[in-house]
Amino acid sequence: MAKRLINLALPLCGIGLALLVWWAASRAVADLPSPLRTWEESKVYILEPLAKRGEMDQGIVLLAYYSLLRVARGFLLGIAIATPLGFLLGVSPTLTRMFDPIMQALRPISPLAWLPLGLVLFQSSEPAALFAIAVCSMWPTVINTMMGVRAIPQDYWNVAKVLRLSRFTTFTKIIVPATLPYMFTGYRLSLGIAWLVIVASEMLTGTPGVGGFLWQEYNSLVYAHILLAIVTIGVVGFALDRLMGLAEATLRTI
Amino acid sequence: MAFIEIQGISKSFDVAGGKRHVLRDVSLAVEQGEFVSIVGAMGSGKSTLLSLLAGLTTPDAGIVSIGGEPTRGVRREAAFVFQNYSLLPWFTALENVRLAVEATFPEMTRDEQRVQATRTLEQVGLGNALNRRPGQLSGGMRQRVAIARAFATRPEVLFLDEPFGALDALTRETLQQELVRLCTEVDRPVTTVMITNSVEEAILLSDRIVPMIPGPPATLGAPIPVELARPRSLAQLAHDEQATLARAHVVSTLTASVRVGRTLSGPSGKARAHPASTRLTEAAEEIR
Repeated sequence: MAKRLINLALPLCGIGLALLVWWAASRAVADLPSPLRTWEESKVYILEPLAKRGEMDQGIVLLAYYSLLRVARGFLLGIAIATPLGFLLGVSPTLTRMFDPIMQALRPISPLAWLPLGLVLFQSSEPAALFAIAVCSMWPTVINTMMGVRAIPQDYWNVAKVLRLSRFTTFTKIIVPATLPYMFTGYRLSLGIAWLVIVASEMLTGTPGVGGFLWQEYNSLVYAHILLAIVTIGVVGFALDRLMGLAEATLRTI
Repeated sequence: MAFIEIQGISKSFDVAGGKRHVLRDVSLAVEQGEFVSIVGAMGSGKSTLLSLLAGLTTPDAGIVSIGGEPTRGVRREAAFVFQNYSLLPWFTALENVRLAVEATFPEMTRDEQRVQATRTLEQVGLGNALNRRPGQLSGGMRQRVAIARAFATRPEVLFLDEPFGALDALTRETLQQELVRLCTEVDRPVTTVMITNSVEEAILLSDRIVPMIPGPPATLGAPIPVELARPRSLAQLAHDEQATLARAHVVSTLTASVRVGRTLSGPSGKARAHPASTRLTEAAEEIR
């Protein structure tokens, strides 16, 4: 019982301290609203989460939902490309040597750089955003999957040899189950990046969603809503990570 | 022609700083239905030799043939038991064995495969651990599953690489007796080649013992026949005169290279280090 209380109390303490820092900062900077003021000005979005008053003037759940939809599509596209690529690179050292320099060069490119390229390629903001999400978020999955394949112990390869398993059987019964933990690490990281990218891309293209709302409110000088958006982004990101952790716990083989 | 025959096998590996010649010009003949043990110190190249016999690796020179045909990869009728069990941890014991049955007999239905797997697991005494995963089994049980996996495929040829090396002494004895029983219970004789570093184990299980003289490169000594009636038991062997003689013969052959080194002495009468004894020390320090 005491343990449960402590488990609850400590994070609450942390949050309390963070609120304190926020309040102190709001006293120091004139434009920054205090936590209380932020709540006053934002509560309509939170208390009417599903309301739709205008394109950008919607309840917080609706806004988050639009962003999440895009994240889902972009993320799934990203891992659909990244997972097979990771397996291929893991099994073939030759391919790795061929593509490693390119991968290392593409990895650090920020979504803000991919987005204009996406707009040029697809001429509209939705596909451009998906493109940016996919290209930015795929790297952790590629690398972790590749590492997972490389980390398969020689023992399991010996089993495949000794039982004379077909390539397909080796893949489904040995390679995939052995690599699954690594794949999930990759998915978790990729999802985090995807969520990051969607906010940035919405800000740049002004599409309805949490990022779009944030940028619009900044331009309208309603700073409290910026903070609301920030808190929302954080909470949703946290929830996504937890969901992925749950999926991993359910589907893990080892 | 013997059932399993190797002639003039050589194998070397590239290591940092050159090549390591593990085996050179090794020859061995195993008759059908025989149980042959290769005994030697760790790191002497026994596992390499077994891998070559089983078709897991190819030799640099020489021929490996089983049943008259030169080996090309692992044979369908061959089974292998590793020292580290090598069970797939995400499958149950039953699934692990069934996978082997399926790979060997793809024409069987899934149910038939499961029945065959269950039967073999029951034979090794794991009838009530069928649905447990390797992580939930003790070392001895895991090795039983590995052995069941080997026997479930009804092999003609069986290769065992220090199958009980990773187990404690008591479990080792139990499983040795199990293996004796299994080898006699099969409907057709299985030609078996086993690697072990225990002379006792070799005498318990084999028809012939082949000592491996460490190198590098390693060579095989003359095979020593073990003409004791079957079935044998450890208790019986402890007092058997024939067994004692065989044991002494094997041990003396294995340590002969060291003894040869020690009796050589320089002009001053003092014993000086002989390359053979240095090689033995080197081999003992080698990590496999």
